[in-house]
Amino acid sequence: MPQILMPALSPTMEEGTLSKWLVKVGDTVSPGDVLAEIETDKATMEVEAVDSGVVKELMIEEGTEGVKVNTPIALVLGEGEQAGEAAPKVAEQAATSEPAAETAAATVPAEAKAPQAADAPKFVAQDDPDLPEGVEMVEMTVRQALNEAMAEELRRDKDVFVIGEEVAEYQGAYKITQNLLQEFGPERIVDTPITEHGFAGLAVGAAFAGLKPIVEFMTWNFAMQAIDQIINSAAKQLYMSGGQVTAPMVFRGPNGVASRVGAQHSQDYSAWYSHVPGLTVIAPYSAADAKGLLKAAIRSPNPVIFLENEILYGSTGLVPKMDDFLLPIGKARIARKGADVTIVSFSMGMRYASQATEKLVAAGVDVELIDLRTLRPLDSDTVIESVKKTGRMVTVEEGWPQGGIGAELSARVMEAAFDYLDAPVMRVTGKDVPMPYAANLEKLALPHVDDVIAAVNAVTYRS
Amino acid sequence: MARKAVASKAKTQTNVPQLTPEQELEAYREMLLIRRFEEKAGQMYGMGLIGGFCHLYIGQEAVVTGVTMASEKGKDAQITGYRDHGHMLVMGLDPKGVMAELTGRQGGLSGGKGGSMHMFSNEHRFYGGNGIVGAQVSLGNGLAFAAKYRGDGTVALAYFGDGAANQGQVYESFNMAKLWKLPVVFIIENNKYAMGTSTERSSATTDFSKRGASFDIPGEQVDGMDVRMVYDAAQRAIEYARSGKGPYILEMLTYRYRGHSMSDPAKYRSKDEVTKYRQERDPIEQVKARLLESGAETEESLKVIESEIRAIVTQAAEFATNDAEPDPAELWTDITISA
Ligand SMILES: Cc1ncc(C[n+]2csc(CCOP(=O)(O)OP(=O)(O)O)c2C)c(N)n1
Ligand SMILES: [Mg+2]
Repeated sequence: MPQILMPALSPTMEEGTLSKWLVKVGDTVSPGDVLAEIETDKATMEVEAVDSGVVKELMIEEGTEGVKVNTPIALVLGEGEQAGEAAPKVAEQAATSEPAAETAAATVPAEAKAPQAADAPKFVAQDDPDLPEGVEMVEMTVRQALNEAMAEELRRDKDVFVIGEEVAEYQGAYKITQNLLQEFGPERIVDTPITEHGFAGLAVGAAFAGLKPIVEFMTWNFAMQAIDQIINSAAKQLYMSGGQVTAPMVFRGPNGVASRVGAQHSQDYSAWYSHVPGLTVIAPYSAADAKGLLKAAIRSPNPVIFLENEILYGSTGLVPKMDDFLLPIGKARIARKGADVTIVSFSMGMRYASQATEKLVAAGVDVELIDLRTLRPLDSDTVIESVKKTGRMVTVEEGWPQGGIGAELSARVMEAAFDYLDAPVMRVTGKDVPMPYAANLEKLALPHVDDVIAAVNAVTYRS
Repeated sequence: MARKAVASKAKTQTNVPQLTPEQELEAYREMLLIRRFEEKAGQMYGMGLIGGFCHLYIGQEAVVTGVTMASEKGKDAQITGYRDHGHMLVMGLDPKGVMAELTGRQGGLSGGKGGSMHMFSNEHRFYGGNGIVGAQVSLGNGLAFAAKYRGDGTVALAYFGDGAANQGQVYESFNMAKLWKLPVVFIIENNKYAMGTSTERSSATTDFSKRGASFDIPGEQVDGMDVRMVYDAAQRAIEYARSGKGPYILEMLTYRYRGHSMSDPAKYRSKDEVTKYRQERDPIEQVKARLLESGAETEESLKVIESEIRAIVTQAAEFATNDAEPDPAELWTDITISA
C-alpha cells in the first residue's frame, strides 16, 4: 500500500486538517494501527493502516490545514514493495459511511461531462375498446358502477380484497361497498379501526406479498394520515427494488369538495398525487368511466390512486352491460368535438365544464370538451392535438390554482403547441383559500359555470 | 320511577363522591344547557339551517361538565374533536356565537368560516373543534408542552373518542407526555361506538384506561354518566398533572343517544340499548333526582331554571337564524398574517 491518500470522512468532505501523526518514519505498522488524526469542521477522525508495512515518508506536515481529499499524505512500503509500484490506495478510515462512493467520484476524469439522462419514454395510451354491436346500455349511478366494478373483480380474483373503515358491516360510509360483505365475507371485506396510517401500510405490505388490496379511505382527507405509506412505500417500491417488488393495489374513496363540511373535510387532492412518479392517478366523471377504470385499476400491477367524488356518487349514466367492461388507463375522452376552443377538465370539474359547454354551444361557440379521466399518466397527446386545432384552452378543476392540473396542462401546451396558441391558456380553479363553511363563502370558493364561460369568452376574445 | 330508584340507590353507596348542593345545581344547569342547545341544533339541522356534519353531544353531558368543573376555567386549556358544542358551552362561550357558527353566520365564533367542527377561543383557552380523528391528542400534548415550557401551572385537557384511541399518534403522544412529564389529562370519551363500529369490533383490548400502561401512565375507568364520579376523577387527574407528575388517562364510560352525526341511521345498535341508557343512566335525570330528594330544589324551582335555559337557547337560535352571512370579502381574509 505504498501511498496513503487523504481520506474523505463524509460524503461531502472536500478537504481537512492533518492535525497529528501517530507514526514516524521507520515505524512498522500493521492493519488497524492508527496512522494519523484528521479534523474537519464536523469531527475528528483517525486514519488506520489497511496493510502492514514500514513508514517510509510522511508527505504532509502535522498541522497542515486544507489538505485536499485524495492527496498522498504518507508512503508505507510492504515487504518487498517499492515506492511507485502499486496503485495508490486510500487508507481505510475508522468511521465513514460511504468512502467507496467518494473514491469512485474522485477517479472520474476531470473533463467528464455531466451525465445525460435518456429522455423519459413516451407514454402512449390505448384507445377505448369498441363496444360490441347492439350492447345493452344500462342506466346506473356512479355509486352502483363502482360497486359493480369491485364485486366483479372480487369474483374474478381471489387475491383482491377490500379494507377500510366501515366498509363491511356498515356497508360503507358512502355505501360504495354495499353488499360486498354479504357476498364475500369478512376475510375479504375487512373493517378496520380508525388507523389510516396503519391499515394503509398493512395493505401495501400485503401487496408486496402478492395480494391486491383495494384500500377505501372514508374520504381522501383522512388519507393524509397515510400519505407516507402511499408515497414512500407504495409509489417508490418498484423503482427502489430495481423492479423486483411491486404494490399492485388501489387506494380509493371520495375526493374533492363536499358540501358544507369545512376546511379539513373538503379539498381536492388531484394535483397532490398526480405529482408522484410511481403512482397512477384516476379521477372519473361518468358512471361508465367509473366502472371501466376501476376494474382496470384493480387489475393494474401498479399502485393506483382512484379519486371519486361524493357529489357525483348519485349521478347517473349509461354503462354497457358486458361481462368485462374495461377502459384503458391514461386515455382522455373527447366528450364533445369542436373547433373553436378546448376545455379540459376531469371529475367534478366536468360538471361545470359540460354545463358551460352547453351554453356556449347554444351561443355559437364550437367547444371541444376533453375529460382527462386519468391524471397520471396524463394524456398530453389528446390535449395537444386538440389545441393545435382550436388554438385556445381553458382548464377547469376544483383544486387550488398553484401547482394544479391546469398549471401542468398549460405548461405542456406551451412546450408542445406554443405556436398554435391564439390566446393565453386560462385556468378555472377553486379559489386559493381553505374551504370556508358559510354557505355564501363556500359558493364563492368553488369554480362556477359562469367562470368557465367567462374564461372561454376571454380566450376567444368575445365580450 | 325507574330513574329515581337508581339515583337513590347510588346515594346509599357511601364511597360515591359527593358534590355540594351548589355544585349539583351548577352541573344541572350546565348539562341542561348542553342538552337543550343540542336538541335545538338538531331541529335546526332538520330545517336546513345547519349544513354539513353536525355531531351532537346528547347523553355525554356529564363528561365535559364534570371535568370542566374540576379544572381552572379560563386557564387550563381544552381541546377536543368535532363533537365539540358541549365543550364550548361549559367553558363559557356565548351560546349565540356557537349557534351562529353552526348556521355559518358572521356572528359565529369563527365568523362562519369554521362550522360545527371548527370553533376556537383563545380567551377561554379552547383549541377546537378538530375534524381529523386523533389529531387533537398530539395538539393537546403541545398545549401541555407550552404550559410546562412557560411554567405557568396550567394543565391541558385533551378529549378524544374510543375510535380515536386507536390512532397511532395517540401512542406517540402518550410516550412523549410521560417522557417529558407533560401536564396533560387524556380524556377518552368511550361512548361504545366510533360511527358504526363498536369498541369490541375495533379494539384488541377495550379497557381504554389501561392504554397508557406500557408508558406507565396512570389510568382510571370512570362512570361518565355520573357527574360526581367525573368530577372526582378529574380532580385527581388534574391535580396529578398540575403537580408535575405527568400525564393521566381518564376513560369516561359514556353514551351518545343520537346517531354519530345527523346523517347516521344508527342501525348498528339496538333501540333497547339506547332506551336503557336514557331511562336508567341519564346524567341530567340523576342530578335532578338528587336535587329533589335532598330538598335543595323543588319541581317548581327547577322549572324556573328549565325555562331560563330554554330562553337562552331560543335567543341563540334566533340570533343564529337572523344574523347575516359573512361579508363576501371574508373569503380572502385569515389565510396568512401579513407581517
Ligand atoms: C383521520 C380520520 N379518519 C376518519 C374520520 C371519519 N370519522 C369521523 S368521526 C369518526 C368516528 C370517531 O369515533 P370516536 O373516536 O369514538 O368518537 P365519537 O364520534 O364516538 O365521539 C370517524 C371514523 C376522520 N374525521 N378523521
Ligand atoms: Mg366513540
